[in-house]
Amino acid sequence: MDINPILLLAAIMVASTPILLAAIGELVVERAGVLNLGVEGMMITGAVCGFIVAHSTGSATVGFIGAAVGGALVSTLFAVMVIFLMTNQVATGLALTLFGVGLAALMGQSYVAEGQIIVPKAPIPGLSEIPVLGPILFRHDLVVYLSVALVVLVWLFLTRSRAGLILRAIGENAEAAHALGHPVRLVRFLAVMFGGACAGLGGAYVSLVRVPQWIDNITAGAGWIALAIVVFASWRPGRLIIGAYLFGGVTALQLNIQATGLAIPVEYLSMSPYIATIIVLVALSAGRAPGSLGKPFHASS
Amino acid sequence: MGDPLLRISGLTKAYPGVVANDDVSFDIGEAEVHALLGENGAGKSTLVKMIYGLVKPDKGGMTLRGAPFTPPEPRAARAAGVAMVFQHFSLFDALNVAENIALGMENPPKQRDLAARIREVSETYGLPLDPMKIVGDLSAGERQRVEIIRCLLQDPKLLIMDEPTSVLTPQEVEILFQTLRKLKAEGTSILYISHKLEEIRALCDTATILRLGKKVDTCTPAEKTARELATMMVGASFETPAKAARELGPVVLEVADLSMKAPTEFGTSLKNVSFQVKAGEVLGLGGVAGNGQDELILALSGERTGGTGKVMLKGRDLGQEGPVARRAAGLLTAPEERLGHAAAPDMSLTENAFLTAKTRKGMVKNGFLDWGKARGFAEEVIKAFDVRTPGTENAARSLSGGNLQKFVIGREVLQGPEVLVVNQPTWGVDAAAAAAIRQALLDLAAGGAAIVVISQDLDELMEVSDRFGALNEGRLSEIRPVDGLTVEQIGLMMGGAHDMEVAHVDG
Repeated sequence: MDINPILLLAAIMVASTPILLAAIGELVVERAGVLNLGVEGMMITGAVCGFIVAHSTGSATVGFIGAAVGGALVSTLFAVMVIFLMTNQVATGLALTLFGVGLAALMGQSYVAEGQIIVPKAPIPGLSEIPVLGPILFRHDLVVYLSVALVVLVWLFLTRSRAGLILRAIGENAEAAHALGHPVRLVRFLAVMFGGACAGLGGAYVSLVRVPQWIDNITAGAGWIALAIVVFASWRPGRLIIGAYLFGGVTALQLNIQATGLAIPVEYLSMSPYIATIIVLVALSAGRAPGSLGKPFHASS
Repeated sequence: MGDPLLRISGLTKAYPGVVANDDVSFDIGEAEVHALLGENGAGKSTLVKMIYGLVKPDKGGMTLRGAPFTPPEPRAARAAGVAMVFQHFSLFDALNVAENIALGMENPPKQRDLAARIREVSETYGLPLDPMKIVGDLSAGERQRVEIIRCLLQDPKLLIMDEPTSVLTPQEVEILFQTLRKLKAEGTSILYISHKLEEIRALCDTATILRLGKKVDTCTPAEKTARELATMMVGASFETPAKAARELGPVVLEVADLSMKAPTEFGTSLKNVSFQVKAGEVLGLGGVAGNGQDELILALSGERTGGTGKVMLKGRDLGQEGPVARRAAGLLTAPEERLGHAAAPDMSLTENAFLTAKTRKGMVKNGFLDWGKARGFAEEVIKAFDVRTPGTENAARSLSGGNLQKFVIGREVLQGPEVLVVNQPTWGVDAAAAAAIRQALLDLAAGGAAIVVISQDLDELMEVSDRFGALNEGRLSEIRPVDGLTVEQIGLMMGGAHDMEVAHVDG
């Protein structure tokens, strides 16, 4: 069996979308100075919420909306504890992951054998007819386009808007931003919720498009990959998209190679996406973490 | 004359366990430079935070040109025409100058227009600044300009300046004073916070003195001597440290051609630093903050190794040894940052005493800790240096800045070092504690130790040092005897000028 490069490249975009969505959300959270290690938990909560809502309503679109809401809701738990009760961010994030995985398993119990809801493709008129590029880039469902648009919007927001500047300033030096009268807690709270919604969308993309059914532990570590990609991308949206597509790309490629029956042990193929992503992003990385990343902020000073 | 610009009446603010401001009242007139004078912990910061809307008073009120003024947040204070230049924590290293300025404005114009206005204002007031530069790359003086311009762009009626000169060279101070006088001539009032008496006497029209949260007096500083002001500020007179005549011994510490790369992106690399210190001598190293002071103490303490050049203690090269070996050999250091570097904030004084004294005071036996000895040593330090604390088992964090600093310095002094290197030994310490620490350093030198004092406080360096050198961008100037050194020469040394130019100024 040969590998069809066009189908492969199209598959890469699909394979990368969940990670890209979760990572762009986490990027905004970390740029605001909050380290949320609960991405995996928020993703899997989104996955189960999306699946349940899509099944109850019969609409994949409503399912995705439900996933974003579900992800945002669990993230508010984290936000309240970390921002207002000033709990340790690392421990709270890990707890959120454990909590999310358990919650999703509980909520999804009666949905294990359910079939899939079709997510309609939305080829872009005109562009999708271009030879080669059309099938690779422009014959996907709306969420794929949304994920790319979101990266561009986040980049514009961070670099061009005043709100984005304030968010970066809060992540860089929360005390100074507070001294200038910027609402540190509010901005961080909203950023965490945005991160939760994005992770939820990413999770729903796994359960509604990639797999597509409900099984326990469905996200299988994609949230951790998203976290790693944010760091290796030096907190920059442009590099983030490279990292996410690279990871998705090697994942899709190695699955294809496995299918061709090449004489490489499966274990090596399975580790290849992780290794390739780490190598490329380490070679690229030059950036610096936001100055107050992970540090609690006390408004009293 | 009608109402003053700002009238403060009966402001009171209490924190758990301490009254930061107790019934403070005074007026700031139009076009007046008003000094707020007091020691650390006297309540100056709390007071200006209330004026700037960062802290809400428990009692009392303010009026601005007759109208009630109770800013709920800094935004409201800025809108009313109150601007503030902070001492710490108010710039964003990773952002550029224009972005930093935009963050402090209510309705900033577009980046390009803002950059043009920054250039315009910076030229008007003689404060050159490139709006597109990243703030992390700027010198301390330039960073302060960013803050000042951020305020000036909003046409403030009252400009609050919190300890503005502590990071500047004498020349930069002069430029700042010219800017402030120009602002005053244009009708802006300035509230100037400092504990530097000579500056206040030179610049300010009126001074309000705070001690332990209460207003002590309001006076005209030019009519008082520095000594009188100091006595009002401290509430009692204290001994000025006295330099005893000392016999200098042989060279104990020799640093030869020491170069080391900066540890971080915003750090400074050391470049060919060479100096010698004799037994019984105090070498003072000055310079504007961020010119290699922190890097030098790391290289001397052994926390960073791997540079080129030599660090010789009595002829033995310790350049590649770590801190433990250097301490064992007699080269002791006390870094600047009390909480986190010189002391572990959440550990007790006994544990902190153990951390640096374990080798020299023999607190480890067969791999086990001798807590009794450690406690005894901590008690010795507390007693000898008059550290005010309930006991040795209190956390380092619970001590006030001055008391902890006395402990940190005392801990090294009582280990009987051959060489003691201290960085900013009296930073943020009240005047009486500072005098005690300086006296301890002089006594240690009189006992035959070689001492290196790194400091940004020139008065301190002049008081304790025998010879003076300045760090500039990681290079060390020529080292000169302190006797006969003029302020102008010191400024040129700090600015990195060559001998030729110094000679020219002399002539």
